[in-house]
Amino acid sequence: MNSDLKLASDNIKARHRKAKLFRMFCAGVTWMGAGLLAILLIQVTVDGIKWLDYQFLTSFPSRFPYKAGVKSALVGTLWLIVMIAMVSIPIGVATALYLEELSRKGKFAKLIEINISNLAGVPSIVYGIIGLAIFVRGLGLERSLLSGALTMSLLILPVIIIASREAIKTVPMSIRQAAFALGATRWQTAWAHVLPASFPGILTGVILALSRAIGETAPLIMIGALTYVAFLPEGPMDSFTALPIQIFNWVSRPQQEFHELAAGGIIVLLIVLLTMNATAIFIRQKTEKKLQ
Amino acid sequence: MQLARDVDITKKKVRWGEWMIESSLAICATISVVTTAVIIFILAKESMGFFQVVAPTDFFFGTSWVPLFEPSSYGVLPLLWGTLLITFGAALFAIPTGLASAIYLSEYASPKTRSIVKPVLEVLAGIPTVVYGYFALTFVTPLLRMLMPELQVFNALSGAIVVGIMILPTISTLSDNALRAVPDSLRQGAYALGATSYEVTTRVVVPAGLSGVMASFLLAISRAIGETMAVTLAAGATPNLSFTFLESIQTMTAYIVQVSMGDTPAGGIAYQTLFAVAALLFVITLILNIVSQWILSKFREEYE
Amino acid sequence: MIKSNFQRFVSGGLIFLSVTIFGSMSVSAEQLRGTVSLDGSSTVFPISEAVAEEFLAVQPRVRVTVGVSGTGGGFKKFLAGEIDINDASRPIKMKEVDKANEMGIGYIELPVAYDGLSVVVNKKNTWVDHLTVAELSKIWQPGSTVTNWSDVRAGWPEMKIRLYGPGTDSGTFDYFTETINGKSGASRPDYTANEDDNALVQGISGDEGSLGYFGYAYYAANQDKLKLVPIDGGKGPIAPTQTTINNGTYAPLSRPIFIYVRPDALDRKEVRAFVDFYIDSAAMLASEVGYIPLPDAVYAGAKKRIEVRELGTAYHKDATPVSANLLDAIK
Repeated sequence: MNSDLKLASDNIKARHRKAKLFRMFCAGVTWMGAGLLAILLIQVTVDGIKWLDYQFLTSFPSRFPYKAGVKSALVGTLWLIVMIAMVSIPIGVATALYLEELSRKGKFAKLIEINISNLAGVPSIVYGIIGLAIFVRGLGLERSLLSGALTMSLLILPVIIIASREAIKTVPMSIRQAAFALGATRWQTAWAHVLPASFPGILTGVILALSRAIGETAPLIMIGALTYVAFLPEGPMDSFTALPIQIFNWVSRPQQEFHELAAGGIIVLLIVLLTMNATAIFIRQKTEKKLQ
Repeated sequence: MQLARDVDITKKKVRWGEWMIESSLAICATISVVTTAVIIFILAKESMGFFQVVAPTDFFFGTSWVPLFEPSSYGVLPLLWGTLLITFGAALFAIPTGLASAIYLSEYASPKTRSIVKPVLEVLAGIPTVVYGYFALTFVTPLLRMLMPELQVFNALSGAIVVGIMILPTISTLSDNALRAVPDSLRQGAYALGATSYEVTTRVVVPAGLSGVMASFLLAISRAIGETMAVTLAAGATPNLSFTFLESIQTMTAYIVQVSMGDTPAGGIAYQTLFAVAALLFVITLILNIVSQWILSKFREEYE
Repeated sequence: MIKSNFQRFVSGGLIFLSVTIFGSMSVSAEQLRGTVSLDGSSTVFPISEAVAEEFLAVQPRVRVTVGVSGTGGGFKKFLAGEIDINDASRPIKMKEVDKANEMGIGYIELPVAYDGLSVVVNKKNTWVDHLTVAELSKIWQPGSTVTNWSDVRAGWPEMKIRLYGPGTDSGTFDYFTETINGKSGASRPDYTANEDDNALVQGISGDEGSLGYFGYAYYAANQDKLKLVPIDGGKGPIAPTQTTINNGTYAPLSRPIFIYVRPDALDRKEVRAFVDFYIDSAAMLASEVGYIPLPDAVYAGAKKRIEVRELGTAYHKDATPVSANLLDAIK
């Protein structure tokens, strides 16, 4: 009787072997991804570390590789971080608060939601073109820090809104309901209770969005930041350069030394990003403990 | 601090203040709508100007992209093809590996392994794209040229590989979320029937989470299409309609960057080609994003 | 001019020292502030970049920016009043002169160096010993059907020839096409066009069948990666060197390169100081980056032009060819 039926147990050994191979395949592929990251970081470090010293951080770019440094680029990037934060955080958090707490959840809110999801997926270079058309040409701001900061703010605004909304959503309804029960208005509830409670989540999201902004090159190229700049900006209307632009500039040159300088610039950029991300994680852990 | 009992919320002043704040927040919220409107308006306006000079059929079906020389030709197909080559190559690399990583993370990995691999993937996702361009030019291309001497310095293959690495975390993370959302009861039931882990994964879990997985593919592809810096540095600046990964090509995004590195002055046909190509890029990524959201909402299977 | 890193260090240091001493002697101790904006040719860029960097040592409070939009792109900005100085690897065109008159914008034409526009091939290219102007034209003219090296000259390999060159906004492009193909802007379009000469160097150095052209400075900085092609302009193959460019035997691809300054910008002290500094240090810095300095008399003539704000161009009168004797032009 058994010989006519093909039981599952007949080829069970083969099936289990297949499963084992599959598991090994998936594991191997995953570790390969980690391996690629390791190769990338090692490559960058090996190339760039010899250029990384105090002189590199405090010199302007130069046509001589041994004299060149990232001073103007690093300062430009720091300026951008501050200016982008000043513009995008208030607008982004306000929008998130509105959508979560104050809106009547009607058609208008739904329209905004769809809008934001789509804006998040628009390529950064399209934002660059818009920045060129509106800020550089339209408002006449030229190749200034302000143009750059406003363009990048538009770019990361959807990201901030989405992250803030997620953070606000995690605040338990009970907090809001308690406030309402005590007679608070929607705004009072939002401002005095929901916002402080969701603050760590919002902050994490904001920092991650900012770190995305300072790694972007294409929009800055579009608004014309690709020039030789050997000075520190002194105001928002000044010309500037930024770390990704300087890196791009050095990579584009054919001489080996400039490629190594680019690696050095990359290390600096990665350190800045790492610091920002570590700060985000640190704040999240600290404030989460507080709320427990 | 004003105590609630001291504040009579029926009082006009408080209601007026509330209204002011609500309105200003609403205005902030409309900025996002205004942004979309502005993007569409500007792209459409300049593209209209472009299409008054160049016939749409020439643009969409022309096979020669020579906008700046005399005689000029405005067929966008070579640029579109360049973008397609890069995206196709990147997807070929990233989809199997991303999915396999996601499966490993959600089905096989111990929590300890997860705690190592997940951050690694997040770091990979956070690396700026110009770094990937650097990596392509200084590591991938020389390596490939050792294996394939006829490979040009600027070529599509390096660009595709590097963009593939870049979108790998997107697929991996989103698919992992989708697979983990599948209830455990489904897995347990399949195991109870004597299925192996391979069969459980491929015949139960992945089909159950398929909507999320497919959405992640589409989002990753959309990201690859919009990728600029890596392809500008690695893939070259020659519009090329041939099917070859070994030669220099130009993507839509690389064209936009290349023309504006000269900081294109306003007005004139060169300026308008920027917007026509950008409009095409915008429409393609928009469609992909909308479709992926639609798939997520329509086909998500609810089990509990 | 192959320089080891040590040689570069020493020469760079010497130049730095002498320019600083020289500069601080010739410019009054007055610390100026303000901005000077340059843009334009990628050929002239290495000189402008060097001048800007040295000027920084003398006047650290003046901000100098240098863009690379190409000669044509730079002129568009210059004529729109967006920049103070345009780097140009060709004289101003009639079209641009008309636009300037229309907009009421003046320009002061200052030659800064000689360039021997160089034709280069890959280091592994063993068959090209020289190219005639006729062969160059055959390769580059619009509608050219040349696809392999064997199409250019019998006996050359059947390898595909891949072309690299500047884009349409480049003065080098204008000059090359006018000289080789007879009309400015007339070129076959199917080549890797990039305003960034560095990208061209990278492409050519990795491609065995490649051929490209750009300013001599970019060859000088990358001699280990590129092979220079002597050009036969009718008198036998001549390679661009200091001597041959200076005495005009490297023909027809020797050319002067310029900066154009807005006279109203000269009213600003920092711009005036910068332009004076530029002409004073042009000889030294031009040869450092790989170009040929002009005779002292020409630089003196240029300084006089700045002094009296002499407008207009020396070209386009009686169809003066571009490589005409500069001394005559400057008088």
